[in-house]
Amino acid sequence: MTYARRAWIVLWKDVVTERRSKETLNALVFFSLLLLFIFQFTLGDDRERLVAALPGLLWLGFVLSGLVGLGRTFLTERENDCWDGLLLAPGDKSAIYLGKVAGNLALMLVVEAILLALFALFFNVDIGRAVPALSLVLLLGTVGFAAVGTLFAAMTAHVRARELLFPVLLLPVEVPVLLASVKATEAALAGEPLSAVAHWLKLLVAADVVYLVAGLLTFDALLEG
Amino acid sequence: MTGDFDLLITVRGLRKAYAGHLVLDKVDLDVRRGEGVALLGANGAGKTTLLRIVATLVRPTSGRVLVAGADCARDPEAARRQLGFLAHGSWLYEDLTALENLHFWATLGGRPASASEVCGALAAVDLERWANERVRAFSAGMKRRLSIARLVIARPRVLLLDEPFTGLDQQGAKWLEEHLQTFKSAGGAILMSTHSFGRGFGVADRAAVLAGGRITADTAVAPLGAEGVRRLYELAIEESA
Repeated sequence: MTYARRAWIVLWKDVVTERRSKETLNALVFFSLLLLFIFQFTLGDDRERLVAALPGLLWLGFVLSGLVGLGRTFLTERENDCWDGLLLAPGDKSAIYLGKVAGNLALMLVVEAILLALFALFFNVDIGRAVPALSLVLLLGTVGFAAVGTLFAAMTAHVRARELLFPVLLLPVEVPVLLASVKATEAALAGEPLSAVAHWLKLLVAADVVYLVAGLLTFDALLEG
Repeated sequence: MTGDFDLLITVRGLRKAYAGHLVLDKVDLDVRRGEGVALLGANGAGKTTLLRIVATLVRPTSGRVLVAGADCARDPEAARRQLGFLAHGSWLYEDLTALENLHFWATLGGRPASASEVCGALAAVDLERWANERVRAFSAGMKRRLSIARLVIARPRVLLLDEPFTGLDQQGAKWLEEHLQTFKSAGGAILMSTHSFGRGFGVADRAAVLAGGRITADTAVAPLGAEGVRRLYELAIEESA
């Protein structure tokens, strides 16, 4: 109970802080709009090219905005040395990790939902029927992305070249998640049943479990440095 | 070393080097139950480093630190359960209110505080009227007082205070001094770094002077008084230079 309460309080703190400051959300939405503008400028009115590129573009947008958002995960902890407070809080530190992952997951899902809606609007694509399947794929892909991203954000929080190091470390590890997510998104947008891409979904679930467990097991040692 | 139950902080042969530069060299220090020790030293003498090592935030190069019998290297969690640390940073989230900050740290520390407990702590540091204001709007002194309220709720056995009176007005300093006296009377131990020989120094039963990485003087305050300790401090600094 204490563990869950501690994870919850970290999530609550991150959500309240973000709701009030809106620093990350505003930046990510603006960033997403820029991406959309660039994508539309590049692809133009070619529907065939658009349909073929859409799953990749969607995830490119998610990944780029995710990198910006995840990179800021521990920014509030650096302010006023709150990081020290987290370190000194007695008890299992993985609860802090879990709360942080949940906070990042919530933020990324909100940004992804906005980005998806804007994609549909900008490119005039009907995604209405694909929403249930897309939601599942987005959730699974984002869990894997947030799990490793949060861990690496903690790892690089006190490194001088963290803005450079963070994506360099994160992206190679996320390759299985990104491959599976793009393939499953492609199927969902094409209206295919998700059973057709069951193998990719299994890979996503497996990656999510592995990344989350790895994060839970290593966060304590990582925080202690 | 663990046999003496009165010892709440034990430091033995502590050394700390940063990039080959020795900051602390064979430091020995004891703080007993109900005792307050003022750590004196020039800027860069290693006071904050020593406090951060005792707080388990920094690993020593060698030596041993025990907090209430718990070895800080082997069992930092046990040590942390006994500790309260008032650092230079306020450990406050700027976009949370005073009330929310206290609620957050109490819950994260595994001891969720009741509303009356939180309000009582805020009233004690005279921030009750500001309970629902965001910390971003607070002055440095108000943040300091809120950090102290965080310690009041945590109810530790050992207090580590890094320049605790910095930024406090007369009223705040007076309250803190009284609170620390009460804390000592209840059997708590205090290790604090300070530059002040005025208000707040009255909390100290002993003064230890850090110079050249070593404790060059460790004396009871009462026989010398604050002025006597100041002269001892200046002498110790001159000798080490």
